Amino acid sequence: MLRVRDLAVGFDTPAGFLRAVDGVSFDVHAGRTLGIVGESGCGKSVTASTVLRLVPRPPGRILGGEVWLGEQDVLTLPSDDLPGIRGNEISMIFQDPMTSLNPVFTVERQLFEVLAMRFGMSRQQAHARSVEMLRTVGIAEPESRLRAYPHELSGGMKQRVMIAMALLCEPRVLIADEPTTALDVTIQAQILHLIKDLQQRTGTAVILITHDMGVVAETCDDVAVMYAGRIVETGGIVEVFDSARHPYTRGLLASIPRRGQGRKAELPTIEGIVPSLTAPIEGCRFAGRCWKRRTLGAADAARCASEDPALRAFAGGEVACHFPVEGTVRPEEMTS
Amino acid sequence: MSDGNGAVPILQVENLKKYYPVRGGVMGRKIGDVRAVDGVSFSVREGETMGLVGESGCGKSTLARALLRLEDPTDGTVLFEGNDIATASKQDLFQLRRDLQIIFQDPYSSLNPRMTVGEIVREPLLVHGVGSKEEQVRKVRDLLETVGLSGDVIERYPHEFSGGQRQRVGIARALALEPKLVVADEPVSALDVSVQSQVLNLMMRLQKERGLTYIFVSHDLSVVEHVSDTLAIMYLGRIVEHGPVDAIYGRPAHPYTRALLEAVPVPDPKQRRVSVPLEGEAPSPVSPPAGCPFHPRCPFAIEACKAAVPALEPVGAKVVDGQAEHFAACIRQGEI
Ligand SMILES: Nc1ncnc2c1ncn2[C@@H]1O[C@H](COP(=O)(O)OP(=O)(O)OP(=O)(O)O)[C@@H](O)[C@H]1O
Ligand code: SF4
Ligand SMILES: [Mg+2]
Repeated sequence: MLRVRDLAVGFDTPAGFLRAVDGVSFDVHAGRTLGIVGESGCGKSVTASTVLRLVPRPPGRILGGEVWLGEQDVLTLPSDDLPGIRGNEISMIFQDPMTSLNPVFTVERQLFEVLAMRFGMSRQQAHARSVEMLRTVGIAEPESRLRAYPHELSGGMKQRVMIAMALLCEPRVLIADEPTTALDVTIQAQILHLIKDLQQRTGTAVILITHDMGVVAETCDDVAVMYAGRIVETGGIVEVFDSARHPYTRGLLASIPRRGQGRKAELPTIEGIVPSLTAPIEGCRFAGRCWKRRTLGAADAARCASEDPALRAFAGGEVACHFPVEGTVRPEEMTS
Repeated sequence: MSDGNGAVPILQVENLKKYYPVRGGVMGRKIGDVRAVDGVSFSVREGETMGLVGESGCGKSTLARALLRLEDPTDGTVLFEGNDIATASKQDLFQLRRDLQIIFQDPYSSLNPRMTVGEIVREPLLVHGVGSKEEQVRKVRDLLETVGLSGDVIERYPHEFSGGQRQRVGIARALALEPKLVVADEPVSALDVSVQSQVLNLMMRLQKERGLTYIFVSHDLSVVEHVSDTLAIMYLGRIVEHGPVDAIYGRPAHPYTRALLEAVPVPDPKQRRVSVPLEGEAPSPVSPPAGCPFHPRCPFAIEACKAAVPALEPVGAKVVDGQAEHFAACIRQGEI
């Protein structure tokens, strides 16, 4: 449904040119959900905005890559065609609802515009459909909410309105960037339920960006793990959670507290911090923090520092590491 | 730790209330109250951690602040080692504050950007006139080392540090006066998982070494389970369940606790939930529903639930030192 190839995006910053996304490729299929996970600043949101050509320019610059939606490359389309793509073909749910809600129009007016443009609905038709959708996303008294302006709604309510708006379009591809991070767990469960529901009815392909491994495990079919502007591992959800091959993925999964894991026990951590994206990166971008590398001989460890590992296929996925992890690893091995 | 000198309650909270006035009309007269904290009672034993959980707006942070009298409570007592913080004079409070510290959620805004890290950590020592200048400087170095920051960070400013490092500075500052009780309000919520585990490990280690008592406020139930001995669950300004972590996670007695635990996504794709999420949102604390505050969302509600606010009653038969340990505020707790 959506094929992204070799995406590279950078920003001019006071500290120099920052390579936010550095060669990212992935596919999303109809009716499936791809999770994109990784630490803050690793390029998840920039990747998502690039797919819709929403990167602010300046300071942003798309350096290269292709975004194939069916037979057309979104990155080379004339700008006039973009509004037709956004919303109709690809909808996006942002972490901050005010990015997509207009503060000066009522909820009704905003939902009407979407429905009129997408399906050519009349005001009456749009009203009925909006009421129905607001109810579906769990908004009580939808009639009176329709007359409200965004600032009159609570945070959770605004998020739901934005989700309603995205779902009303019945897009082919839905990109949800941390759609529930700001919400409580019970509301999060409702929203994720809704997205799944829509997907089952319309076969929408979903990209779900999150830093919550629980959310990924629960909702995604495939997952891509990003680190410092690159995808370092992708695969089926069960493969990645059960037998991740990249040392970073292993560390990330080990560091989350889980049920039944000795209370107050020391948690595995990933020492160190992510490399600066304004300096050129030599070798593997995870090398400075990599526990696996510390177990290698001098020659192998030197290879990690000099040679940038490319994504290579293995059974059930792809990994960018010269020495992929195999078998079980004790938590102590990752921390020491 | 429950195996320490655990029997003594260091903090006993009795019927604590914090109301904020709601103003309205042209005259801005008081037209009602927001009952942010509405009659909360619990105790915490020395050297233990009490987790305080609940959804946004349920009153967790207000309670945390009222405990330390960063806000004046409307009613109730907060006995810390026998002294009532709620009614203490300014002078007594100044002395008590040495034993009571707080760590804030946001490592980005809780540190003064114009002060160096050394000045930030030293400030409480200056305010309380602890030690000579040399002693203070040595102490600051020791504290920074304790939280895993090298001495050379002293001259640097908060903006030069990552979120995890800033949170460490906040912890070093909170420890400067060697407090007995530390209230941590969402201390790791703003951090990436891999950094989160570093800060949690640090907090657990400091507790072991110094016998600290923590009140750990969080909306992340997996984190709370990992670090806490006991747990209090808040809904709309009240505690609806309170008791040992194992008892509550093993067999939650209140329907809200149950819903909350069920809504937490499990980071294991082979254990996906099938349950239908809890509906609706928490009502406003300005006009809480009559009777049990949870009844409008509760799948087990019956007519009688609307009649009166249920009191916290002992759950099951487990009794320690002649006192029940596990309480829930639900009239149907035995049946469901
Ligand atoms: N408008 C911009 N100007 C300059 N730099 C930017 C801009 N937008 C993003 N960046 C940089 O690009 C990098 C990737 O940012 P991005 O927002 O994609 O991260 P993310 O993975 O979504 O993180 P988070 O989990 O915090 O949302 C970061 O280093 C960020 O500082
Ligand atoms: S290539 Fe080397 S440094 Fe990079 S993740 Fe693999 S083992 Fe670690
Ligand atoms: Mg982002």
